[in-house]
Amino acid sequence: MERTAIIGIGMTKQERRKESETFSDMVFEAVTKALNDAEMTIKDIDNIVTGCNDFWDGRTISSMAVGDASGAWDKNISCVEGDGTFVALYGLTRILSGSYRATLITAHSKGSESISSLITNAMFDPIYTRPLGLDAITSSALQAKCYMDKYGITEEQCAMVSVKNHRNAKNNPYSQLPMDLSVKDVLNSRRLADPIKLLDASPITDGACAIILADEGMAKRFSKHPVWIRGVGFCADAYHLGDRDLAECKSLEKAAKTAYRMAGIENPFKEIDVAEIYDAFSYQELMWSEGLGFCEKGEGGKLVESGKTEMGGSMPINPSGGCLSAHAVIAAGLIRIAEAVLQVRGGAGKRQIPDVKTGLAHGINGPCGQSHCVWILGE
Amino acid sequence: MSEKEMELLTKGSGEAEQPFRYSVGRWGSKFLIELRDHKKLLGIRCPKCQKVYVPPRQVCSPCFQRMEELVELSDKGTLMAFTIIRFSFIDPETGITRPVPYGYGFIKLDGCDNSFQHFINIEDESKVKIGARVQAVFSEERKGNLMDIKYFEMIDD
Amino acid sequence: MAKRVAIVGTGQTYHKSKRLDVNGVELIHEAVARALEDTELTRDDIDLVIIGNMDHFEGINYVDMWSIDGSGGFMKPTIKLTTGGTTGSTLAIAGYHMVASGLFNKALVIGWEKNSESDTTAAINTAFDPIWDRLTFAGAIGALAVEASAYMDDYGITERDAARVVVRDRKNACNNPYAHLRKEVTIEEVLSSPMLCDPVKLLDMCPRSDGACAVIFASEDVAEKITDTPVWIWGTANRHLYSYINDVNFHGLQSLKNASMELYQKCGIKEPLKEIDVIELYQPYSFGGLLWLESMGLCKEGEAPKLVWDGVTDMDGELPVNPSGGVIATNPIGATGLIRCAEVARQMMGKAGEHQVPNVKIAISTGFGGCMWSDILLYGKDKPY
Repeated sequence: MERTAIIGIGMTKQERRKESETFSDMVFEAVTKALNDAEMTIKDIDNIVTGCNDFWDGRTISSMAVGDASGAWDKNISCVEGDGTFVALYGLTRILSGSYRATLITAHSKGSESISSLITNAMFDPIYTRPLGLDAITSSALQAKCYMDKYGITEEQCAMVSVKNHRNAKNNPYSQLPMDLSVKDVLNSRRLADPIKLLDASPITDGACAIILADEGMAKRFSKHPVWIRGVGFCADAYHLGDRDLAECKSLEKAAKTAYRMAGIENPFKEIDVAEIYDAFSYQELMWSEGLGFCEKGEGGKLVESGKTEMGGSMPINPSGGCLSAHAVIAAGLIRIAEAVLQVRGGAGKRQIPDVKTGLAHGINGPCGQSHCVWILGE
Repeated sequence: MSEKEMELLTKGSGEAEQPFRYSVGRWGSKFLIELRDHKKLLGIRCPKCQKVYVPPRQVCSPCFQRMEELVELSDKGTLMAFTIIRFSFIDPETGITRPVPYGYGFIKLDGCDNSFQHFINIEDESKVKIGARVQAVFSEERKGNLMDIKYFEMIDD
Repeated sequence: MAKRVAIVGTGQTYHKSKRLDVNGVELIHEAVARALEDTELTRDDIDLVIIGNMDHFEGINYVDMWSIDGSGGFMKPTIKLTTGGTTGSTLAIAGYHMVASGLFNKALVIGWEKNSESDTTAAINTAFDPIWDRLTFAGAIGALAVEASAYMDDYGITERDAARVVVRDRKNACNNPYAHLRKEVTIEEVLSSPMLCDPVKLLDMCPRSDGACAVIFASEDVAEKITDTPVWIWGTANRHLYSYINDVNFHGLQSLKNASMELYQKCGIKEPLKEIDVIELYQPYSFGGLLWLESMGLCKEGEAPKLVWDGVTDMDGELPVNPSGGVIATNPIGATGLIRCAEVARQMMGKAGEHQVPNVKIAISTGFGGCMWSDILLYGKDKPY
């Protein structure tokens, strides 16, 4: 792969409801910050890929709402409908194709404007599954049950993820739910769908993020701290939940393998210094850790118990507080990338992990992590 | 049973609506409140290219510039382009079929550089022409949305 | 290293107003199976699936995930793009870039729509700004009618001029077995068809169809092994200029002007009318078949009617436009822009059958949608430099 880098990032604060801001307003803030970060103007950007979802945004052709704020005037532009990690991946290929030199990626969502369960219900089959009322929470509860049952993962272990990530969020000024929690607090929180409780679940969030990808020449010209893209991979599993072994994340394993091979990583636990992974629910951080090869299958619970994924551990996961602390769907994966960029640069402030050389960012699409996207970033 | 005789089913999407609560934004709110309370139309000027846009929004797209300066616009303007809609379709606002025919036009308000789109009164079709002068007719009861203007009517100006 | 990219095969469904015999996933699979058959590849050979449609026509969220069984994306990288009417062309452009990146060798690109499953205009209306545009907007037809009224006023274009475009496309469609509307119409029939939005009448407008299209893009490392007649992508360009319908300049399709200009420059096209052998134009209504040719620089402003009346764009003319019958005959929206791409490929591969234009060396397909947005791709029989 040709050398490409992330040379600018910008994000809004993630909040429960941004009452006064439109999609365009949020994206403009993130884009302005990303351009400032890269010390660029919009003139230096030669193409744009936005991340928009017609359901979350409540409009067909949702990309129309953010074209102006993404600086799309008279430029080549496209739109990926899916998590921000996938949006950025398409943006990356537009540079690797030799067509463009600097791609601006934006992603946004306002969970506050709609009824989330109806939106996520709409990802299920309209004839067979949707009438049963399945949504993101109930389907994930099914997956959590399967995973915990197969590997003996406990609700306490899941709760530990929530405690850790909400505590980490206290160091992140952009996060929504910084909290001091105990495992007991999580276990005693309101039951949503067994085994998922309120504090095992990510919140509803408004927010936007923008990043700038550049080829080697542009990166060197503009950036003192380019963060190089060392590997990417993505992969999708079967759609019908009944067709999958919900206790496994085979598509993540494959996506990770692709990204690791590209980056020359043989032992991810040793070679990766920090990971920002898509923890829409607490059990997911454990399950995805296994899929990413940070531990053996079924050992995700022990991994969190060991403290290795804490801020001071050997494999810190989600120093930003993760999705559990702020979950602007669609933007969330792009925020994972932006956070990993900050870590590699050494610019993550109070949430900085010392001496990060290699960071990982991860995003998901579809019910129960049907599809995964993995990014390896390095100095 | 042959393929042709076979009964083929469809399934409706259910009765649940998927409601949204869109933020109008700061500038848009000012526009709609001014319209509701004072029957006035506001535009916003780009500090760079000096273009005035309606409705007001944050970014001038070609300049990629943040805009701040609200300007009062006339309720009169020129009809730039129009059509008369004669086919009916489900109006997402009401959920019922929109009554036809009705006029729909792009109006360049005096003092503004882009066009404002709204209904136009087509009672006297002979007067409905590109370049015709038009004026906003406001609703008696105004609620802070686009329908606070009933339509634009042709005037002799 | 960036790779050159070619189309190596295509597949499409027989497009109809209603396909009750299949669900969406099955419809998608029909096109995919035909594309694989066309290339003699199997699902195992594909290393990337790119799919798109417009969500609210069918009401399915995360279509790339939902369609896995039909698309063949199981345990493969799968991604969804959507940009409204331009979705199909957006997909083709993505197919190009993602394969050119060198990360993927063979991409299966799929556009589809089952328009029969919802009220098309109501769904298009929700594309527009909920606060500023939606309350008064009348879907694509309303916006296009506004463009037509401005065009007529600017250059004295007549409804009869536009009807001539319809007559051409509907005639061409009769030679395309996949086309939805395969019946010739006369100018008088077009002029006397019911008025939808002045001056646009029923027969000036495209239909809405159920259909899917699949196109396989391959990198230069494998393209010539798959087919003797790869269709090389020389370049792509697009412009999605506007966010608000209020801002649109309705005098000429600005987005197509800017995108064409960029593409011609990139590909070294100096005299488009002479150099291009065939165009598949995303032309959802008749007046676009005039005005947009001007926007593409094929003739001077106001002169497109002469071009069309003189037969230049007919099957046996200097530059045939829409040999497939175009969008006026077939319109499964999310597939429509990709069908343009597939039809160009069929022309260059010599696989267009009854609607084959002889000796096509350079061709163009376009996409239209959103807020008067345009996409454009240029293809060559020869490998680009």
